[in-house]
Amino acid sequence: MIQESAVRPPLVLGDKTYSQMTEDIMKPLETKPNLLWFGAFSIAALVMTMGFALIGYLFVTGTGVWGLNKTVGWAWDITNFVFWVGIGHAGTLISAVLLLFRQKWRTSINRAAEAMTIFAVMCAGIFPVIHTGRPWLAFWMLPLPNVHGSLWVNFNSPLLWDVFAISTYLTVSLVFWYIGLIPDIATVRDRAEGLRKKIYGALAFGWNGSARTWARYEVVCLILAGLSTPLVLSVHTIVSFDFATSVIPGWHTTIFPPYFVAGAIFSGFAMVHTLMILTRSIFKLEEYVTMYHIELMNIVIIITGSVVGLAYGTEFFIAWYSGVEYEQYAFLNRAFGPFAWAYWTMITCNVITPQLFWFNSIRKSAVATFIISIFVNIGMWFERFVIIVTSLHRDYLPSSWAMYSPTFVEIGIFIGTFGLFFTLFLLFAKTLPVIALHEIKTVLKTSGEKYKQAAASRVEKGSAGESPVMPEISLARKPQQETEI
Amino acid sequence: MKNLVVWSVQNVTINQKNLTASYITMAENTKKYWQGIEVLNEDPEFLKHRHDEFAEELPLEESFSENSAALKSNRRDFLKMFGFGISAAALAACRDTPVKKAIPYLVKPESITPGVANYFASTCSGCSSSCGILVKVRDGRPIKIEGNELTFNGEGTCATGQATVLSLYDNYRVEGPLKSGAKSSWSEVDNAIRAAIADAKANGGKVRVLSGSINSPSTLKAINTLVTTVSDGKHVQYDPVSFSGMLSANQAAFGKYALPTYRFDKAQVIAGINCDFLGTWISPAEHARQYAIGRKIDGDKKSMSKHYQVESLLSLTGSNADERATIRPGQEGAFVVALYNEVAKKAGSTVYASSEDPTPGKMAARMASDLWKNKGNSLVVCGSNHMETQMVVNAINVLLGNYGTTLSMGRVSYQKSGNDADMAQLLSDMKSGQVHTLIIYGANPVYDYPAGNEFKAALAKVKNSISLSDRLDETSAHVAWLCPDNHFLESWNDHQPIQGHYTLTQPTIPALFDTRQAIESFLTWSGQTTNAYEFVQTNWKSGILGEGNWNQALHDGVYESFGESSEPSMSGDIASAMSAAVGAGKSIGDVAVVLYEKIGIRDGRMANNPWLQEFPDPISKTSWDNYAALSNKFAEDNSLKQGDVIEVKSEGYSITLPVLIQPGQAYGTIAIAVGYGRGEGAGKTAASVGQNAYPFAKVAGNGVQYTVSGSLSKVEGSYELAQTQIHHYIEGRNIVKETTLAEWTANPKSGNPDVTLVTPDGAQKPHTITLWDNYDHTKGHHWGMVIDLNACTGCGSCVVACQAENNIAVVGKREVLVRREMHWIRIDRYYNFKDDGGNKVNKEKEIGKVQDFENVQVLFQPMLCQHCDNAPCETVCPVLATVHSAEGLNQQAYNRCIGTRYCANNCPYKVRRFNWFDYAGNEKFDYTMYNSLNRMVLNPDVTVRSRGVMEKCSFCVQKIQEGKLASKKEGKVLADGVIKTACQKVCPSNAIHFGDKNDPNSSVSKLLNNERNYQVLEEVKTLPNVSYLTKVRNIESSNA
Repeated sequence: MIQESAVRPPLVLGDKTYSQMTEDIMKPLETKPNLLWFGAFSIAALVMTMGFALIGYLFVTGTGVWGLNKTVGWAWDITNFVFWVGIGHAGTLISAVLLLFRQKWRTSINRAAEAMTIFAVMCAGIFPVIHTGRPWLAFWMLPLPNVHGSLWVNFNSPLLWDVFAISTYLTVSLVFWYIGLIPDIATVRDRAEGLRKKIYGALAFGWNGSARTWARYEVVCLILAGLSTPLVLSVHTIVSFDFATSVIPGWHTTIFPPYFVAGAIFSGFAMVHTLMILTRSIFKLEEYVTMYHIELMNIVIIITGSVVGLAYGTEFFIAWYSGVEYEQYAFLNRAFGPFAWAYWTMITCNVITPQLFWFNSIRKSAVATFIISIFVNIGMWFERFVIIVTSLHRDYLPSSWAMYSPTFVEIGIFIGTFGLFFTLFLLFAKTLPVIALHEIKTVLKTSGEKYKQAAASRVEKGSAGESPVMPEISLARKPQQETEI
Repeated sequence: MKNLVVWSVQNVTINQKNLTASYITMAENTKKYWQGIEVLNEDPEFLKHRHDEFAEELPLEESFSENSAALKSNRRDFLKMFGFGISAAALAACRDTPVKKAIPYLVKPESITPGVANYFASTCSGCSSSCGILVKVRDGRPIKIEGNELTFNGEGTCATGQATVLSLYDNYRVEGPLKSGAKSSWSEVDNAIRAAIADAKANGGKVRVLSGSINSPSTLKAINTLVTTVSDGKHVQYDPVSFSGMLSANQAAFGKYALPTYRFDKAQVIAGINCDFLGTWISPAEHARQYAIGRKIDGDKKSMSKHYQVESLLSLTGSNADERATIRPGQEGAFVVALYNEVAKKAGSTVYASSEDPTPGKMAARMASDLWKNKGNSLVVCGSNHMETQMVVNAINVLLGNYGTTLSMGRVSYQKSGNDADMAQLLSDMKSGQVHTLIIYGANPVYDYPAGNEFKAALAKVKNSISLSDRLDETSAHVAWLCPDNHFLESWNDHQPIQGHYTLTQPTIPALFDTRQAIESFLTWSGQTTNAYEFVQTNWKSGILGEGNWNQALHDGVYESFGESSEPSMSGDIASAMSAAVGAGKSIGDVAVVLYEKIGIRDGRMANNPWLQEFPDPISKTSWDNYAALSNKFAEDNSLKQGDVIEVKSEGYSITLPVLIQPGQAYGTIAIAVGYGRGEGAGKTAASVGQNAYPFAKVAGNGVQYTVSGSLSKVEGSYELAQTQIHHYIEGRNIVKETTLAEWTANPKSGNPDVTLVTPDGAQKPHTITLWDNYDHTKGHHWGMVIDLNACTGCGSCVVACQAENNIAVVGKREVLVRREMHWIRIDRYYNFKDDGGNKVNKEKEIGKVQDFENVQVLFQPMLCQHCDNAPCETVCPVLATVHSAEGLNQQAYNRCIGTRYCANNCPYKVRRFNWFDYAGNEKFDYTMYNSLNRMVLNPDVTVRSRGVMEKCSFCVQKIQEGKLASKKEGKVLADGVIKTACQKVCPSNAIHFGDKNDPNSSVSKLLNNERNYQVLEEVKTLPNVSYLTKVRNIESSNA
């Protein structure tokens, strides 16, 4: 067994055995939900119901119940869509990209992050449908054969690319997440009795834990990770095309694809924080989702946050450098126009607050991280609002310039999607293991606190085991000894 | 078909009978036939079951028992059943579409072909200008008003005229005669009124007919017939917006109680003083047409008229002026006198009273110098209703020798004939109880006469009060008998707006309700039985027509019979008129209420017309309200801002109104539009909109005065005005291009430099740069539009015409407030100001530099779908609901649209309109489409859009198709001008040109090569098919 460097913080705290881990992680599934869960669930379900009721009102009455107008044709609807899609990205990044890079710390957060992806994409998917004037015909966006001969969808339209991007994303994420769940569902099955056993048994697809099953499982996971990886980049790239391919100043920007992807990962990690910090404290999983995990994610947040900040600056520079008066006005208007408050909210939340993570104490504090993650969530929502609304409300002809303010219906539907998200997440947390048990077991003996301590003491005593020190450490310190792999 | 079915059924019956017969024949045959060997052998098994229905026991038990193998269906059976069940259910669910029967004519009337419009020549009665019109009638319903090019106003009309057709289908019209508000019958009212007249005849007593200005020879004759049957009968005319002072001035100067006719087209220099001749004054459509002729510069015509305007409010006319100055409300007389003196100096004539020129830039001198240079070809017009002021204006025009060329009293206009002195006399007669019978026709004095309340009180003292109003308005709600008149589109009538220029009115639909035309009512009450048609026809045949042909006149709608005339010479005491003119202003305080008419709503008689209420004022861009307009500085000094509510007071009358900050308005002026604040009876649309400002006006001897001293005070609260444009500065963008006449003469491309983009091959015009092969638009038609910004006055007729032609929804104030008006064409209006250094200021961030907001330059730009050949909207639609036609049209397929609004977002011109609600089916939008009566106005050629779809200008594609088909049927090549879009046709100033860009001789093709031609946002490379011609101002330099 390859042993990890003693310098690297452990990924599983305490003196854990495999069986103890199973007990810990299965506990929320096998105990009756507490009042806290019930309270949270009822609030979430209530909010979700309100959201759907308002969607019903919207369907019956018309898009006019929103605050949109002839100049600002999209506002909260597409803002919310991009916001939720963006949130999903962290899950895919963690499960796919980090898997390919063999980052072990992903094992304790990937399950929840993937679930978050799926639920977020479901919330996101609501908006492209309900934002249409005739949502009952929204299926016309699909290239369905029809009796009208050559009547077909417009493959030039980025909105159509969105349809493909989002549906692909949802499908792949769902499959990947479920495949990853199967061994753990099998664990639940093996521990359960009666009907519960039947249900989990069916869900486990007859997992038998044989070496061959595991081998196939590994291959499938790797293939799916490979499939998901380009999606991390492509989905938000395509979402950004909605704006980038238009002619509206402030939308027509070639920097959008990388900027949107960085922003999506940024917001996604913030959302993972928001969820995991709550989950670890509610379900007492601090030993599995450790401060080290939080710190690593904070580092991702600093990087992506800085990328986003750089993008903001670049946009301004290019607007000035282009010499196009409409472009220049659009950006000045963002910062100093009637919606300047939204812009500065965005800058504060997205550029300034994440930089606080440079401080060790903040980066290693769960409370501070939680607060900053909320800031980032707010900031990233405002980023999309700023891009969409401030670009539209003052574009080319000043005669058409207008203001926009939301109605209770828009606000209610957005809050309703949070209701849907948390309803689904709470159900998930109660019915499926929120931590990928079989995966975290694989890191216990290399990255578990007790095992690391034992290894460290062996090193100190000079009686190193089979493999005393992690090779990469020696690589970093003494490159000339590059021999072991 | 039905017959055929019956026949076949009979055939079947016959066959059955035959069959039965042959069977009987067989049965009667005693021969026995055995059916099988069992029968022959009398097999016991057979005998046992002989009488059973089935020869063998059916395995019923087995089949339907629990354990039956047959019932244990396998998966294949399940799928079969499932498939059958689903398809059966689906088939059952496919109900027949309900059959709607269109019953064809049994005997088709010669003139009616379903689906083909008829046009009837008629005369508009939207105001007393009496413009000649053609009424488009589809399947018996008048649906659109168009100008009659044979008449004085040409093919254009104003916005109000366009909207008259909707007033025909007004739910608030009364549906029959009323007696004190209760339902009555014509025989009952006629008996009562005849008795009243007989009573007046026998016992004496004043019989009065009160009406607005009437220029109809037949109506006047009918009224005259009635008033002459009694001893003391009189016809009194008054106008809500009075011209009595001007008429009196002409009476005094020329001996004619009439208005002059104007020829703005012949005037090289036009000086307007508080006179909105392009918007509301006397005959705006006619004036706008003439004005545009003088303003247009094309190829050969290198000169244009110079227009000075001096005014207190920013009028539409003032906003089109080359040079404009503001005066305080009381300074009108002083300015007119100063102008007289300046002209007199040049003429070497006597300079009478000395009066200081009140304009900031001493405009009178410059004006006089230009006027004098063009004497005989200049024109001074003044909107004052002050008799002496108008006398001085007459004197100026006489000094300049303009009578006979640019204006004429030899051939007068009868468009206004009200007499305020008569009206005041009538009111005092009524108060003293001397009026025996009062018949009110086409007037609503309780609402629109300044002393309306007194009138209402005095009405109670009139023994017999009768109204011919079409609704229970403020006045007719208080009369004994309401005898509703027909709408003019249901009537026979005639008009003589201009001396010797006779027009006819003919019915285009039978009366919708149990109403009767005024002429017939007057005749009935005078004891005659002639109907209106016979009466008008007899009048024409016996008098007006002379040698002319009635049918021809009716076909043309107009008959011209005017000989030579000479200009009467002017008489009168100019000196005393001058001192009176100056003196009149002195009584007006520093703060004054100035009443004006808004374009569209005008005097308020059509206030219940949703098109007009939704129509934004061309200057303030406000719909659905009147307001107190204040100048920027005046508002600032009173710590007021837009949206504040103030109480405006003047001599015992006060109303609370929201504040609108209006640049270009004089300090100390509180400008309030009349025509608002109608009562409940006027209708749902009119009621609760704005406040009535008429009572502010002052009844004075020779004419009601609309400028009175007043005061304002802030009251609690705030109020949002529904403006269709809230940003008023063009931000230095090259959207509306302009130049000056001098610069244009030197360089026709001035103000319109080529737009180029930098490419590796050097600077290039945007349309030459492309990544792909463009569609070849050089074959077939390629529709294009050119809008001449020099001719466009911004009046907004096109907005209403488009609304009428294309079934555009009215959405109401709340929706306009949230910027959701549906107009397919809008007029963008921008303001330019100057800072202290004289530099142009038109950016929001620089607006703080402006001190003088009264000195304003106004830009108008009609904006509609640009039908881009490279349309940004088309590429983004996910379902291909908006696509380009081979003829260059940007088409919207409503059926396909799912309403993503992506196209509207991506439109740089923001001309796409979204159906936020079901405007035709949602009762909150009960304006023009919700109820069945209103719906009669809808154009059957244009789809009524459903909720959730995008719409926009179609270039009147229905008219394009119609024109193409008509030419095709005639076997001709489509000629330029056959197809005219609604906006083009209505434009009084002919600013809009439409045609085939591929036809090198079309007017559009020629204008495309004009040096002034440009495309808005050419650098975005949308390749619009709409282009504009640079606006040329007749000023010294662009910074003047």
